[in-house]
Amino acid sequence: MSILTARKPKQPDINKVKLTKKEFNRQWVLILIAAIYVIYGIIFYYLPLAGWIMAFQNFKMKTGFSSPWVGLDKFKFLFRPNSIFLRVVRNTFCMGAINLVSSFITAIGFAILLSEVKNELFKRGIQTISYMPHFLSWIIVCAIVHDSLSSEGVINEILMNLHFVEKPIMFFAHTKYFWAIVAISNVWKETGFNAIIYLAAITSIDPALYEAASIDGAGRFQKMLYVTLPSIRPTIMILLLINIGNVLNAGFEVQYILGNDVIISVSQTIDIFVLKYGISQSDYSLGTAAGIFKTVVSMILIVVCNYIAKKTGDERLF
Amino acid sequence: MDQYAIKKRKKKMATSDLVFNICNYTFLVLFAIVTLYPVLNTLAYSFNDGADAVRGGIHLLPRKWSLKSYKTVFAKGGFWQGAKITVLRTVLGTITALAANALLSFILSRKRFVFKSGLSLFWVITMYASGGLIPTMLLFRYMHLTNSFWVYIIPGMVSAFNIMVMRTYMAGLPDSLEESAQLEGAGYMRIFVSIISPLCLPIYATIALFVAVGHWNSWFDAMLYNKLNDQYTTLQYELMKLLDSVANQGGNANSGGKTAASAATITPITVRSAATIVTIVPIIALYPFLQRYFVTGLTIGGIKE
Repeated sequence: MSILTARKPKQPDINKVKLTKKEFNRQWVLILIAAIYVIYGIIFYYLPLAGWIMAFQNFKMKTGFSSPWVGLDKFKFLFRPNSIFLRVVRNTFCMGAINLVSSFITAIGFAILLSEVKNELFKRGIQTISYMPHFLSWIIVCAIVHDSLSSEGVINEILMNLHFVEKPIMFFAHTKYFWAIVAISNVWKETGFNAIIYLAAITSIDPALYEAASIDGAGRFQKMLYVTLPSIRPTIMILLLINIGNVLNAGFEVQYILGNDVIISVSQTIDIFVLKYGISQSDYSLGTAAGIFKTVVSMILIVVCNYIAKKTGDERLF
Repeated sequence: MDQYAIKKRKKKMATSDLVFNICNYTFLVLFAIVTLYPVLNTLAYSFNDGADAVRGGIHLLPRKWSLKSYKTVFAKGGFWQGAKITVLRTVLGTITALAANALLSFILSRKRFVFKSGLSLFWVITMYASGGLIPTMLLFRYMHLTNSFWVYIIPGMVSAFNIMVMRTYMAGLPDSLEESAQLEGAGYMRIFVSIISPLCLPIYATIALFVAVGHWNSWFDAMLYNKLNDQYTTLQYELMKLLDSVANQGGNANSGGKTAASAATITPITVRSAATIVTIVPIIALYPFLQRYFVTGLTIGGIKE
């Protein structure tokens, strides 16, 4: 299924080939290569899953997997009332959700506005500029964000010149700014790149729809609202589905680089937690338990969203 | 509706169109400025004198020209080592990943392949179920991949997402190509190398671009697996170390955590800017020419068959 076209009804697979001796003789090269890939996949993707048993042990390097079993103690420790981890989960989830919503709205909005531009040269120029931040690393983006928001930075300069504030705001010393900073950094970096796929979807809309709308007396905004948006709805839905599953994954680099000890209560995410307790303090079991929580919740999110999409008759992943 | 009313409506629409166009163009120009300004300003800082830059207020043009920051960056041993490793991993990593992904996509896109759906599912699962940071790290340690260059190349070689994109592209090629080649006696490897691959150059370019940018920008694996080995540091990790000293200062200075003496050891903004510019120049110089590839790659490839 291509992401730009509607889902076709499932057809029975008539090309299904059975493994006979004749087929084996024909395909043994393919089977041999496939086997190599399966071995590779088992080692690098499936074997780490076996490491999950560490979460149920008090794992020490010395004793390895014969470390004493502790049952669900690590999880109970993570989820004890008022624990750091509960706050960490809240941070991850909230920042993920804010980023998801803000990046969707900006990317779709940008794509629609850009598609309204008739001058090809201008359009191409803006689009080329808009991709640029995507190719910068988070390190560089964070350096830019950090410098722009510093007390001598451009944002404070503008705010002070417009007399919104008397003295520079210390953006990284107050918890209230951090989530917004993360969301805006994300929007700055990815809007142009995320818009590519919507722009392609908009380009493939049948022009006759716009003509018909014009004849019916629809204006610019009405056409955007009643033609463009509904036409790219399948694309929006499938990208939304994919991204909801990734909500908890979307919280590492920015928070790790821009966070500091003063605002750790809002900046720490699950991945940073794993890094700090699991690796720096060598509590492998605790770190693994936190990682399991993240993976399991992500998978539940994907399955649930997929189910909802199926119920409402929209695109679905599987 | 008489002629006059139609004319009036057309005129009204023309004005509202004009207003909309003016607003839209203004907004898009502003968008471009917001995107470009921080990067151009970093460029200005990098060419400014270090002591002078502390005062702030530099906009797009350096106030007091100086090449000292670049000299400082190039004089750092870690920087050259990082550059070497980064170039090496980008070249080697891209070639190996491209070959590995292409071959697997080729197998998965053969309509007659007996284990097609099973193998496909095997890789789709890896997109969603991940063992997590710690089991993965312990595995790498056990396999002696940590403290080595190969940790950058081997583990990330096959990516389910890239395979999905490539396979969709390959499945769109006509089946008759494979059939006629088989009639001529060509084996699968021959078909892959001499028939399918030449037709897949656009999608290969796309995937290569994504993989290469990923390698060029990565720092986390250097920090996690090769922290103790300066010889395997990467450019971005060196940059990260420069920034880290500054990022933690913002909050700590406010809470009174840091003294003036320790603040002096922090890398000046001009040196950080120079290092930033050096690492982004190759990408900024190349990406506009590769635009066509990542646009088609994203749109043709789709996500999932």
